[in-house]
Amino acid sequence: MSKHIVNVSDADFEEEVLKASGPVLVDFWAPWCGPCKMLGPVLEELAEDLAGRVKVAKVNVDENKESAGRFGVMSIPTMIIFKGGKDAATLVGFMSKEQLKEKIEEQL
Amino acid sequence: MAQKDPYDIIIVGGGPAGYTAAQYAARAEKKVLVLEKMLSGGQIASSEMLENYPGFPEGIGGIEFGQLLEKQARRFGAQISMEEVQGVSLTGGSFKVQTKKNTYTSGAIIAAAGVNPRYLGVPGEEEFRGRGVSYCATCDGAFFRDKDVVVVGGGDAALEEAVYLTRFARKVALVHRRDRFRAVKYLQEKAYANEKVTLYLSHILLEIGGQNKVERVVLKDLARGEEKVVPTDGVFFYVGNNPNTSFLGDLPLKKNSGGFLEAGDNMETDIPGLFVAGDIRVTPLRQVVTAVSDGAVAAVSAVKYLEEGE
Repeated sequence: MSKHIVNVSDADFEEEVLKASGPVLVDFWAPWCGPCKMLGPVLEELAEDLAGRVKVAKVNVDENKESAGRFGVMSIPTMIIFKGGKDAATLVGFMSKEQLKEKIEEQL
Repeated sequence: MAQKDPYDIIIVGGGPAGYTAAQYAARAEKKVLVLEKMLSGGQIASSEMLENYPGFPEGIGGIEFGQLLEKQARRFGAQISMEEVQGVSLTGGSFKVQTKKNTYTSGAIIAAAGVNPRYLGVPGEEEFRGRGVSYCATCDGAFFRDKDVVVVGGGDAALEEAVYLTRFARKVALVHRRDRFRAVKYLQEKAYANEKVTLYLSHILLEIGGQNKVERVVLKDLARGEEKVVPTDGVFFYVGNNPNTSFLGDLPLKKNSGGFLEAGDNMETDIPGLFVAGDIRVTPLRQVVTAVSDGAVAAVSAVKYLEEGE
């Protein structure tokens, strides 16, 4: 795991995501999902590019059902951009780095 | 827009077909550029395991396979750039390839852009994507534990995934517009034998409804002409694939009724210098093994085309 990505669980979702000072991109994923695995390296590069501007977090939905359920995640990968504790944008499915960056920039 | 140095061959698509073409063309000492919009490997990268590729008796992970293809193409000198091709045009004897940021030129093109899952385009399909509408049973099946789901389609993928979903779901309704399935016999037998699967043959899905997530679908029984509302929590689509040909715009290329590109035995098209390879073309089998074969043939043909023109 890249040093720029934090693994978040149900226990620290509030602290790490909802109470974060800046925008947070949360990737809801699971190990058995092919497109989620494809997204892994894309997010690592993105997290590095956006370091200091956007926090990138990953939530394993298998182990953290509460967070996934709370935000209505029913398909993975789903990425939600949180701003000030609110879900500002939801992105479903694999995206290229370019597409994802564009969507994030819209929210900054 | 940056104008880059000309290439001998530009390959659109970084999957098994594209990278094999790149490797063969680069080994023939051509200046090669591969343009990939998403991630190396293409469709196979979303597959957990590639089980039927010769030489890998234990199988190989889809993502890993994609990375190996890329590495091998690079080793022989192919250049690779992660960009989506927006258009290809012909000027004089050379091709102009447009991406968002760059314009490239080349003497030949190999279109190996593959396919994407087809959307049915029914009301609610886009609205509820990620809220009950899914195109990946392996990804999303677990969200439907003890719930009811609908699977739309009649091919191998539809039946295989319908049976897979019975691991989680309470009931799986399999909806297919024809009166029989296209899938191979043994998958049909597996579906028939599964008590959780209900068949809706000669039925079409008209719309998906619900408040914030999928709650019901409207089906039409084509035999009786009746419509019925079926409560459900999820809808999985397996209605085939569309070839990714939009970047070719209105170039005069022969296509079949599904939009797949027609090519000759040497992967050539009616446009001199434009070759095709892999799932994008009309072919009896769409597998990794056929894609790499197409890629090799297309590369050799493109090299020959360029050398004859010199």
